[in-house]
Amino acid sequence: MKILVCMKQVPDMESKFKLSPGALWYDTADLAWRMNEYDEYAVEQAVRLKEQVGSGDITVLSIGPDRIKETMKKALAMGCDRGVQVADDAAMAKDPLAIAGIIAEYARSRDFSCIFTGMQSQDRGSGQVGPLLAEMLGLPCVTTIVDFAYNAGEYLVKRELEGGVRAIVKVKGPAVFTCQLGLNTPRYPTLPNIMKAKKKELLTVPVAELQKLAGQQETTRIFFPEKKGGGLVLEGEIGALADQLIAILKDKTSVLA
Amino acid sequence: MKMLLVAEYRDGKLLGSINELLGFAAGMAAEVAVFLVGKDDTLPKFAGRLYLAEVEKHLEYNPDGHKALLLQAVEKEEPDLIVFSHSSYGWDLAPRLAFALGASQISEVVAVEGGGFIVPACNAKLRRQVKSLTKGTVLTLQVGAFPAADNSDTPPTVVPIDTDAAPLVRFQGYEAAAEGGVDLTKAGVIVSAGRGIGKPENVAIIAALAAALGGEYGASRPVVDAQWVEHNRQVGTTGQSVTPKLYVACGISGAIQHLAGMKKSEFIVAVNTDRDAPIGEIADVLVVADLKQFIPALTEKIRSL
Repeated sequence: MKILVCMKQVPDMESKFKLSPGALWYDTADLAWRMNEYDEYAVEQAVRLKEQVGSGDITVLSIGPDRIKETMKKALAMGCDRGVQVADDAAMAKDPLAIAGIIAEYARSRDFSCIFTGMQSQDRGSGQVGPLLAEMLGLPCVTTIVDFAYNAGEYLVKRELEGGVRAIVKVKGPAVFTCQLGLNTPRYPTLPNIMKAKKKELLTVPVAELQKLAGQQETTRIFFPEKKGGGLVLEGEIGALADQLIAILKDKTSVLA
Repeated sequence: MKMLLVAEYRDGKLLGSINELLGFAAGMAAEVAVFLVGKDDTLPKFAGRLYLAEVEKHLEYNPDGHKALLLQAVEKEEPDLIVFSHSSYGWDLAPRLAFALGASQISEVVAVEGGGFIVPACNAKLRRQVKSLTKGTVLTLQVGAFPAADNSDTPPTVVPIDTDAAPLVRFQGYEAAAEGGVDLTKAGVIVSAGRGIGKPENVAIIAALAAALGGEYGASRPVVDAQWVEHNRQVGTTGQSVTPKLYVACGISGAIQHLAGMKKSEFIVAVNTDRDAPIGEIADVLVVADLKQFIPALTEKIRSL
């Protein structure tokens, strides 16, 4: 079984972001980079599927500059068999259509039985690449899955809906799934697997070979949300802070009465 | 300006989200038509054409069939904007329709400004203004970002639509949310744990403050996904929506999905080491401190009141 996992490297969301007005995006200097959280679930599910069927071959694909290789190595250490870096220094400026188009071009002739993506990236958060990729390849797609089972060419998955309700969906492969948080428990790479991952194939393909589609939207401004400001900000020594907060709660609420 | 709004039907009911879409359209003085896979006994209220497909035949989840039906409505209306809620239905269907139309899709719009659409980025820490380069554009609107329209009494004009497009996936039905356990909606005080608690052992710190305040403890999604706290204590879009007298958010950054479940609380206190965390936007008081030190100190003082 051939499996494809699409992975994106994103900044740690706890970072203090600075703007890059020229790039119309955040400044990439001094950021800690990691695997998009949703994609960790995608990688884990791919590895579990391979383990279940007993054989298989997992390709992890990511688009971006050389720094993404570090994050791709984590996916290899988690159990992917090979990495494909689509080398693109301008990846961050590409819209979901252009990104999906690149992946589709790679995947089209390679007969993947199952394709996993995260349901969205933590930085752009558009949530479009998975379904767009499926449309381009003419495959069925189920988004936002929180449960996954495979049996004899057929997938039984659960989509997460509002209020914790789940929709149960059956689909015959090949198919695309976008993974929601909580789908599984992503494994931590073990030291032996990290060592093994260093020997795995990590191919680089120039983006020009795969990009056939132009984007259809552009970012025209990047900014911080306006502070609406009503809130009081308290800083200082712990004991004094606790006293201040208790005084406020006595004044503004009835919970300490 | 012409808009086609996509209403949603779930578990035999029309969802209220259509009213926010109608409010968005009214704010832009647009001429509207609405699309619904549903039933004629519960129709959205507005003056205009309603493209209605039968839910018995086309099911509540059948993205390929619904896409084929939507394409018929788009062909008849030729709208400038096709508008969905940024919901599990909307974000699943919108990209498929956009691709079929060769239109761009802009996700999770929170405002319209200067000929572009404003969307959040990086866990709501940043905003982008995005412009579409295609003739028609598909939007998904962040839930709660636009005020719901006052319903008109005029019933819509129903235009029936149908298709024989074969579904690529087979919807089997729903599984209810896990029941039992704690009903947070009845708690007067809720103290919630977020990712910032660092490790499962620290849930006890949060529970202790909740007990000292005579309330319950809750959690944000990452804490529930990590199985540090059971799902029936989750606050947010996929958990419970709560409106206590006091909500204390501990180590919660403030993702929109969490805010949607607690922002109507009467008084909100946030405890976070990150002064810029989005939770600060809606908190009445933001305490910038390490919760592992601050919460036990606060609990101790409240106990001795």
